Amino acid sequence: MTIDWAAFTPWAALAGGALIGLAAAMFILLNGRIAGISGIVGGLLNPQTGDVTWRIMFVLGMLLAPAVWLLAADMPGIQIDADYPLLIIAGLLVGISTRYGAGCTSGHGVCGISRLSPRSVIATLAFMATGFLTVFIMRHVLS
Amino acid sequence: MNKTFISAFVTGLIFGIGLLVSGMANPDKVLSFLDLAGAWDPSLALVMAGAIAVGLIAFTLVRGRSQSLLGEPLRLPTKKAIDRRLVLGSLGFGVGWGLAGFCPGPALVALGAGELKAAVFVGAMLAGMGLFELLEHRKPTTGQPAKSH
Repeated sequence: MTIDWAAFTPWAALAGGALIGLAAAMFILLNGRIAGISGIVGGLLNPQTGDVTWRIMFVLGMLLAPAVWLLAADMPGIQIDADYPLLIIAGLLVGISTRYGAGCTSGHGVCGISRLSPRSVIATLAFMATGFLTVFIMRHVLS
Repeated sequence: MNKTFISAFVTGLIFGIGLLVSGMANPDKVLSFLDLAGAWDPSLALVMAGAIAVGLIAFTLVRGRSQSLLGEPLRLPTKKAIDRRLVLGSLGFGVGWGLAGFCPGPALVALGAGELKAAVFVGAMLAGMGLFELLEHRKPTTGQPAKSH
């Protein structure tokens, strides 16, 4: 393993992480809910009366984050190397699996570990493991 | 407007800005973390550490409470079982995450930044979530309903 020191951004990572943690904290303290993106978005596909508006507001906030960011700074680079067929396969897999496994990086990885949930620790270890394995196969076996 | 709607919007906004600050809205940086055998960028681990450090405080504060500060019921997940759904779902999610470098939050932020490829990913993700709902509600629920985060 070689660390790419030029790419490593420890302070921005910690600061951005703290903001993500602040969002998770606000959501449980104010709304009494877990800030899990797959659950919030997925709930819109099985809409229940009185359970839709807050989800839309949360998603709107996320979608508008880049616009608010642009008021203060230039857009950071977003580099998406995957081609369209791969994006479609990845998107389908992420959509169905996060709902089946009841969470993603935010719900299990941030909120679940923060509340010391053994389920979320196992989930996070599982998706990290296949994430590492998938990138290894894509970058070092298939190419 | 209902206060909880405003707080949901502000929470989404802060979450999204956190993803931009941390660099996690950029799939290339996420994949550099997942590529242990390449030139490894450990940043994502510190994003998790920063988020969990703050999250730990919040989830300690709500312990024993039954209501949020805005008077909403506290909806903490109640499931405890480490079952097949949890493990298989999470394993599958990791594969999808590793294929493109996108998980749901960063994909929404990149879509908001006007990235066409993020729009395609989010469209496919919504289709996947819709497919889950169809499969879930076609058969009478034999197991527990999918309680989600």
